[in-house]
Amino acid sequence: MKSESITYIQAKNKLLSFNLGELLHYRDLIWLFVKRDLANSYKQTILGPIWIIINPLLSTGVFTIIFSVIAGISTDGVPPFLFYMSGNVLWGFFSANLNKGAGTFIGNARIFGKVYFPRLVMPIANMIFNFINYLMQTALYVVLVVIFALTGNSVHPNWLILLTPVLVLQTALLGMGIGLIVSSITTKYRDLNVLVGFGISLLMYITPVVYPISKAPLGLGSLLLLNPVAPIVETYRYAFLGSGAFHWVYWLVSVAVTALIVFFGLVVFHKVEKNFIDTV
Amino acid sequence: MDKDCVIKTEHLTKEYELGVIGSGTLRRDIQSWVAKKRGQEDPNRKIGAKDYEKGERFTALSDFNVEIKRGERVGIIGPNGAGKSTFLKLLSRITGPTEGTIAYRGRIASMLEVGTGFSGELTGRENIYLNGAILGMTKAEVDAKLDEIIAFSECETFIDTPVKRYSSGMFVKLAFAVAAHLDAEILIMDEVLAVGDMKFQRKCISKMRDLAIDENRTVLYVSHNMSTIQELCDRCLVLEHGKKVFDGDVDEAIKLYLGGEKDEFLMYEYTDDTYKDSVRHHDINLTCAKYNGVTSNLFVDDAKVPVELTWTYNADVEQLGLRIEVYDYRRYPITSFVLSDIGGGSKGESRSLRLLLDVSALVQGRYYTRYIFTTKRNAVSEPETVESAAGMIFRRWLNGTGAGKWQKAWGSVRSDGVEIVRS
Repeated sequence: MKSESITYIQAKNKLLSFNLGELLHYRDLIWLFVKRDLANSYKQTILGPIWIIINPLLSTGVFTIIFSVIAGISTDGVPPFLFYMSGNVLWGFFSANLNKGAGTFIGNARIFGKVYFPRLVMPIANMIFNFINYLMQTALYVVLVVIFALTGNSVHPNWLILLTPVLVLQTALLGMGIGLIVSSITTKYRDLNVLVGFGISLLMYITPVVYPISKAPLGLGSLLLLNPVAPIVETYRYAFLGSGAFHWVYWLVSVAVTALIVFFGLVVFHKVEKNFIDTV
Repeated sequence: MDKDCVIKTEHLTKEYELGVIGSGTLRRDIQSWVAKKRGQEDPNRKIGAKDYEKGERFTALSDFNVEIKRGERVGIIGPNGAGKSTFLKLLSRITGPTEGTIAYRGRIASMLEVGTGFSGELTGRENIYLNGAILGMTKAEVDAKLDEIIAFSECETFIDTPVKRYSSGMFVKLAFAVAAHLDAEILIMDEVLAVGDMKFQRKCISKMRDLAIDENRTVLYVSHNMSTIQELCDRCLVLEHGKKVFDGDVDEAIKLYLGGEKDEFLMYEYTDDTYKDSVRHHDINLTCAKYNGVTSNLFVDDAKVPVELTWTYNADVEQLGLRIEVYDYRRYPITSFVLSDIGGGSKGESRSLRLLLDVSALVQGRYYTRYIFTTKRNAVSEPETVESAAGMIFRRWLNGTGAGKWQKAWGSVRSDGVEIVRS
């Protein structure tokens, strides 16, 4: 931003007038928010950042006991702990993005009401914060995969691992996209806030996190794969563990849906951000 | 836009929806909508509530046009709800206008509430970076000014302590220091100086003035504190009901805002309660206040102020007391004339009282008066106010006193009682 440039404020935002240059100018702010969130999350806790790793380990442990040991759901021959961890890590990343994205306007109303900066800074900073958590969990996950593979378990990482950065990005964008839409609507209708909480846990059950898609009856399996998160989780697991299959047609559909949701999310967000403070 | 012009607004209007905005839940909105379609009464309207019809709007700022030039220090004053803060919010892009446009040149540093972005867990130093970034600085810009900011904040000792351990004063100082060092062409402040100690307030005001004069920055300042407005600003806008009613000289603006319409009156008849405070027992009804035998409310040198008050009794009253309070142009109380017993009267009776007020200690300027009547229920009880009314204005003029021409900043009361002690 040059110091002599003229800024115009008008009554209506143009539908697609995103100001990327401005966002770029605030990149330091994005990093500082990430740093702040990291500092805030684990200050005055005994275990500190170790919680990031304890979380998925605990929930994976519980999943293993309930779904594998008690319910006896098949994991396609893959060690159950790895199977659930794969889904858990990626699902955790997705739901964190959705959750935080959905709280963008309401959660930050105070600061948004006092000072202007591009509102998108917040969801982007959240996304990066979640990504850092995800990376730490993935490091642990990769170590476990290697250990299991070396000890002769049926684990077969394959070339699709090269696709995982794309999958992770897609997960982040999809979560944030839905989050932005929810956030924009909740400035007027708080109902969705309630829905998000249990909506996410319901969504998890129609996503192959705790079961392989191959165990679903044929027609139902295809239906489940239309859920845009499902092909991501399934492909991600296939890449690391070699269980399941790469349903590339469904995945491409999911990519298209993600793109649509992100686009729609940005448009709605942009429309709401200007005056939301009057209604929130 | 003109080259020298840094802020220009055209037909700027901001409307707010009155009553309940939406009803908060989708279900109720649909209910209301269905009812409206069927021509039924809205089931979600509060019964008997004096609420506004849905869709009715409140205009916080209407057709506001202003042009502000580089280096101007503009004060904005007006009663609560006049649209001052709305204007600053529109300017700092916290909310958007309903109609009209704003164009501004360069960057705006807005200090609507300093320290909003502070995070308790981070240290003072980290918060400087965070707050700076929120206000639009890059890390490099903060780096360059870090030492200056820390020095200005007077928080050196605690700069590496989490700010949650700061006192509220330190918090504000640090926050203000960041904002004041932002390389913005336009600085917006909304009552930020209300916090912090006097010494720091002074420092902030002179910093703002220096920035405006030395570096040609533009300052917009909203406050109810007229003395800071006078100290800082060289131009003043008065807003009322969302409209600009005055734009120009600071003293004129303050006079207009504080003065009201009784400014030149020599007599005022109280026909309604506009200038009266409500009191619990309204035993006295002041009907008229006037100056006797003068043709102007300007009192020169030793001239006394001849006041005549006329009132009626709404109840039997014994031991009526009267206090005439005197305020200066900022509406700070300066002194009072107290009469503890001016007799009494019985219900329905009417009475007049003539007084001469010795105001020779007051320096030149404009003074506001209030008339407060009190009664004592019995010998030991505290006096109770039975009538309280704003009074008339008088002006003072001194023809060259020993101390030379008196300056406003020296105070409102002239003290002659000093002598040199020879040892």
